[in-house]
Amino acid sequence: MEIKWYIGLALALFCTGIVGVLTRRNSIIIFMCIELMLNAVNLLLVAFSKMHAASALGQTMPNVVSDAQIFVFFIMVVAAAEVSVGLAIIVMLYRNTHSVDVNFLNRLKN
Amino acid sequence: MNNVLQMVWLIPVVPLLGFLIVGLGRNYMPKIMTGVFASGTILLAFLISLYVFFNVKSGNTHVAHYFDFINVAALKIGFDFQVDQLTSVFLLIITGVGFLIHVYSTAYMQEEEQKDFNRYFAYLNLFVFSMLLLVLGGNYVIMFIGWEGVGLCSYLLIGYWFKNTSYNNAAKKAFVMNRIGDLGFLLAVFWLIAKVGSVDFHTVFETVPTLFASGKITIVDITGITLLLFVGAMGKSAQIPLYTWLPDAMAGPTPVSALIHAATMVTAGIYMIARSNILYTMAPVSQAVVAIVGLTTAILAATIALKQNDIKKVLAYSTVSQLGYMFLALGVGAYTGAVFHVMTHAFFKALLFLGAGSVIHAMSGEQDIRNMGGLKKYMSITHITFLLACLAIAGMPPFSGFFSKDEILAAAYARSPLLWVVGVGGAVMTAFYMFRLYAMTFLGKFRGTTEQEHHLHESPALITIPLIVLAILAVIGGWIGIPEIFMHGGHRLEAFLAPVFAQSNALTEKHHLSHTTEYMLMGISVGAALVALIFAWSKFNKYQKTTGEETGLGKILANKWYVDELYDTLIVKPVMAISKYFNDIFEKKGIDGFVNGVGKAVNYSSRQIRLLQSGQVGAYVLMMVLGILIFFIIQLFL
Repeated sequence: MEIKWYIGLALALFCTGIVGVLTRRNSIIIFMCIELMLNAVNLLLVAFSKMHAASALGQTMPNVVSDAQIFVFFIMVVAAAEVSVGLAIIVMLYRNTHSVDVNFLNRLKN
Repeated sequence: MNNVLQMVWLIPVVPLLGFLIVGLGRNYMPKIMTGVFASGTILLAFLISLYVFFNVKSGNTHVAHYFDFINVAALKIGFDFQVDQLTSVFLLIITGVGFLIHVYSTAYMQEEEQKDFNRYFAYLNLFVFSMLLLVLGGNYVIMFIGWEGVGLCSYLLIGYWFKNTSYNNAAKKAFVMNRIGDLGFLLAVFWLIAKVGSVDFHTVFETVPTLFASGKITIVDITGITLLLFVGAMGKSAQIPLYTWLPDAMAGPTPVSALIHAATMVTAGIYMIARSNILYTMAPVSQAVVAIVGLTTAILAATIALKQNDIKKVLAYSTVSQLGYMFLALGVGAYTGAVFHVMTHAFFKALLFLGAGSVIHAMSGEQDIRNMGGLKKYMSITHITFLLACLAIAGMPPFSGFFSKDEILAAAYARSPLLWVVGVGGAVMTAFYMFRLYAMTFLGKFRGTTEQEHHLHESPALITIPLIVLAILAVIGGWIGIPEIFMHGGHRLEAFLAPVFAQSNALTEKHHLSHTTEYMLMGISVGAALVALIFAWSKFNKYQKTTGEETGLGKILANKWYVDELYDTLIVKPVMAISKYFNDIFEKKGIDGFVNGVGKAVNYSSRQIRLLQSGQVGAYVLMMVLGILIFFIIQLFL
């Protein structure tokens, strides 16, 4: 498959994520949208890695094939940690406000 | 170190040490210790001056170089002292009269608090130090240091009672007027450096005639330099148009007036011109200006003195008038006469001021002579010494003033009989106002309050002894300059000073008046002065207080020709108006507006920007995304 399809899918996922973050007020949905953007980037990393792997195989740089894919695992691990912190914040938000609406957070302003 | 005169630096250093010790210890030193110490430093300086004088008298003159003061490229100005006949005469006047004034002050200022008493003596020592530096300086720059020093000290001492606003204003007036003159002095020094490349007295006076002969400097340069120097002298020595500070300087304690008028400060201008005599001799235009300004001042001040009622004001205007005579002498080339008159004037004017101080002391601060009278029987020593001083200043033979004034008038006659006529007019007025002052103060009936009458007493010995010493000097001081016609070789001062004025004397032909003319001139001036004296004596002998206002010319004279008012309208008010304009418009609207505007702009914009921080998470995210997009656009397309 051509690379453009991967880029297109990643772009679509990323834009969906941005629009979701910007438009929704439910913090859980915003959180999911952020994950969506992260995964769009992960997808791109893997796709480009595969694309370059074909041309790099015959050369003396074997790690080009695997670098980006290992990088993606790191991102997923960090994202998992981030999710645990983020969900904890949302739980605290719910306990304090009985809602997960981010607009309640403007009380932090002052 | 092969010359004993190498140690002249001690003369100014001793009073400087006195100033430092008394000034720094002003909170701790008891009055008696300050008095002895401060007077002692001046006495020591006087003794060294005497030693120097006898050295100079035996023909030993000296230029001492201590260290380089300014050293830039071709211009080298050393910290030099020059000791010659002229210097030694001034050294004796300054330290001698200065010492007597110090002694007098210890009694006169006794009622001051310890701190103020010590402050007063510290300033007094600094004053003497500055004046000594002025006359000892071996070039114009060192002279200028002393020149500024006396200006500063006069400010400090005139404003000694600084809690009184009008005294402070008088001090400021003296300082500002002196600054105007100092500007002229500075410009002259710069001109000299540009044209001659040196400010050393001996270099300048030796090279200027040769440079002039070879056409390197023109008559315009010399005239300009001398006129600018004269502007400096106008300020320091209170000549028209910068004389109004001197009468106001009466705000200071009376001994300070004596110091300013007799020993220091006002004689600086005379000294400077006498020192630069060769330059003036080469510039006839400047000489004429000096003579005319001097004579005009002499007459103007004398007319004002006729109608003053403050004992110190009369003396102040008489000083201005006598200084005018000295400038007249300088202007007609009678340099010796000018120095001679400085000396005799120092004696009798110091005596007059100290006598006036004694009177004011006895009258518990009263200065108006209309409220005095009949003091003769209460204060015999003050009375006698004051009378002697009045006779001396009126030019009665054989008192000192006669010889010096006669010499000046004779020299004026030789230059132009018109100068002589006007000069005699001034001398007549001098005799009149001095004896008006004398008669109103000491003769007749006492016109003050009974309380004052009870208080009247002769002053203590520390006041009367300086009076007696000065009275002796005022009587015999003139005998070192007896004119040729009375005694051959009688003018010892002229012979003594001859080396200083040798260059000038070589350039001018001697005017020889015939003996009959000289006797006649003398007779007329003394006779006219005597008539004025007797007239004043008889008129004010039985003076009664009247309440009537002065009218006509008398009113103009009593108001000092309205010169202060004229200056006020012409200079002070416009300057004030400009200052007010700059204060109101430029300062408040311009500078303050700009400074405050910066603050207001920051304040306003931060208030607007603060609104962005709404607390809406969505808005923050939107901004973040927009920011990223802008970065992308810049990165990709620009």
